[in-house]
Amino acid sequence: MGDFITEADGLETQEFILNLGPQHPSTHGVYRARLIMDGEIVVSAENKIGYLHRGIEKIAEGITYAQFTPYTTRFDYVSGAMQPWAWCLALEKLGNTVVPERAEYLRVIVGELQRIASHLVMLGSMVLDFSAITPWTYVFNAREEILDLLEAVSGSRLLVNYFVNGGVNADIPEGWAAKTEAALDGMLKRLDDFERMVSGNEIFLGRTKGIAPVSAAEAIEYGITGASLRASGVDFDMRRDSPYSVYDRFSFAVPVIKGGDSFDRYQLRVLEIRESVKIVRQALKTLPDGEVRAKVAKVWRPAPGEAYAATEAARGIMGYQVVSDGSTKPYRVHMRSPSFCNIGIIPAKAPGLTLQDFISFIASLDFVLGDIDR
Amino acid sequence: MVGFLTTIFNWVQGFLGLPATSLADALPWWDILWAFVYFVGAIILLIINVIMLIWIERRAAGFFQERVGPNRVGPFGLLQTINDTIKLLGKEWIMPAAADKLVYLIAPLLIVTVSVTMYGLLPYGPGITPVTLNVGILFFLAISSVNTLSVLMAGWGSNNKYSLLGGMRTVAQIISYEIPMALSIIGIVMITGSLDLGTIASAQSHVWNVFVQPVAFVIFVISALAELTKSPFDMTEAEQEFVAGYHTEYSGIRFTLFFMGEYANLFSMSALGVVLFFGGANGPFLPPWVWFIGKTYVFILFMLWIRWTFLRIRVDKMMKFNWKILIPISLANLLLTGVGIKIWQAATGAIRW
Repeated sequence: MGDFITEADGLETQEFILNLGPQHPSTHGVYRARLIMDGEIVVSAENKIGYLHRGIEKIAEGITYAQFTPYTTRFDYVSGAMQPWAWCLALEKLGNTVVPERAEYLRVIVGELQRIASHLVMLGSMVLDFSAITPWTYVFNAREEILDLLEAVSGSRLLVNYFVNGGVNADIPEGWAAKTEAALDGMLKRLDDFERMVSGNEIFLGRTKGIAPVSAAEAIEYGITGASLRASGVDFDMRRDSPYSVYDRFSFAVPVIKGGDSFDRYQLRVLEIRESVKIVRQALKTLPDGEVRAKVAKVWRPAPGEAYAATEAARGIMGYQVVSDGSTKPYRVHMRSPSFCNIGIIPAKAPGLTLQDFISFIASLDFVLGDIDR
Repeated sequence: MVGFLTTIFNWVQGFLGLPATSLADALPWWDILWAFVYFVGAIILLIINVIMLIWIERRAAGFFQERVGPNRVGPFGLLQTINDTIKLLGKEWIMPAAADKLVYLIAPLLIVTVSVTMYGLLPYGPGITPVTLNVGILFFLAISSVNTLSVLMAGWGSNNKYSLLGGMRTVAQIISYEIPMALSIIGIVMITGSLDLGTIASAQSHVWNVFVQPVAFVIFVISALAELTKSPFDMTEAEQEFVAGYHTEYSGIRFTLFFMGEYANLFSMSALGVVLFFGGANGPFLPPWVWFIGKTYVFILFMLWIRWTFLRIRVDKMMKFNWKILIPISLANLLLTGVGIKIWQAATGAIRW
């Protein structure tokens, strides 16, 4: 920053307020950052959220448990399929439902496919923020193939309503496993193309290396979870460290990078995609036969009580606290959504960045507005 | 004015392949009518050119990006741009209440005027150069800098923070990159010994300058991309940072004018590159102007290829790259060229190549 003229040089400058959003191409939704700018340097930043607030926690109190399940896909709409997972786990704890083994495997497969699709969106939209349109279409084409798979099992592509209380909605169609293997091969090929174009690109490195490095202590302090946490050097993944479903049966690595800057957050997603592919392949090989859905009463009344369940969603830890009063509707639902907690670091790290670096920073945090505002 | 009319007259005649003496000489009042026809013809040529460029860009982008591109309106989607233009003409003219009205309204007109002026200087072939100037290159560079002014006017006049930031960036960028561009051209001027574009083009009938001055060519391409504010130097409209940069507040025909100006500049800058480095209209078998247009379109495709491959560079790195790398290299190239010319003259006894 020493290159810029400051007031110390005897030149009067004026700070101004720039409202980045809510309608802005790079905020990935209706996020607004109220920036105080000195020329192109951010002096301070403030998160302004709530433009997408739909009062979903209140809506949950007015409808039955089964009716609320599709709502959960609407929070983090980029990883719709794995959103109901924590909700279903909480309900299963509440009702002591035992989920059939095959259903657990299918949940892992669909969940990991959705994680891949979600990370592909992150990679694509991040480079799109640096105006790299061609790599973006590469990863979105790769994502298309995965969305086709999700459509085949659930009937929808974006808001995949596949997980239900007690298992999954339906069994996989015939030949789906072979198609999945083929789609993963195609996806990896496209990902390689993408990496060849972007990862070593001098311009990309210049825009991401050393931008807003988050230390391990800061990441824990601000409650960052998910890939952004592991990019800061904290070795924590719920799938390995407090396994839910059948994750303990698969062997996979948890990639961890020390640096914590924008590039590391990008790189970690690439590594995670490759690990997710391993999990899907193992699960497809060892997929057991049997039922895909436990018997759950149509009019379901869990015993009064509380349950909390959390999963490692695509953007971090997604948790549901459900309180039951014994009726067909939840008494209270509260959710811990990863995007909401992850953006808390923005005001702390923004000062001193240029506007371009700020864009690089918020793109690498990978938040989804539906997940922040609910 | 009469001289200018006559040159335009001759230029379009050259394109149409009409004989040098025509009806205009026999009937005086035909002169004015024909001048009008030729003017309209020249403008239609410009518009068709822009439309073709946009179509090529979109189809090429589709090819690079594993998608189809526009293919619905007309054969191969050729009429898509016309469709889009008509749509844009029908859009509401929105002007910010706090805009600086005069500056805001002049800016889009200025950018198109400048682009059209640059078309007039290009040597499309022997006998079809609309305006021959003995200081053609200087005039070309001077006129193309006026673009900076129109972008800054648009940025300032809109009274919008994004527009202003975009406009300010442009001034810094275009003015900085004009220096290495001019320095890369000086090498050519030294070799040819002329500032006239036509002379430079015809001097390359044996060997293209791109083989004589490869370093200058690389510098020229980089600084031309920066001058045109094309990726990786598209700071001015940096959509992901400034929404649409200087033309955020423009709509309808005013936006169309900016868009047209941008593509017209892309053509004229590529044409300058062809004149300086690829022998202009020189080429066997085909008519010269076909060679000229063809080479220019290849050059444009090359620029688009760069555009669809790279990301946007950081502003501070861009400036550092210019002042600390590009300008020293182009100065060194200039020195080498001068020494090379002297050695060549000593070796061959010739005055110049």
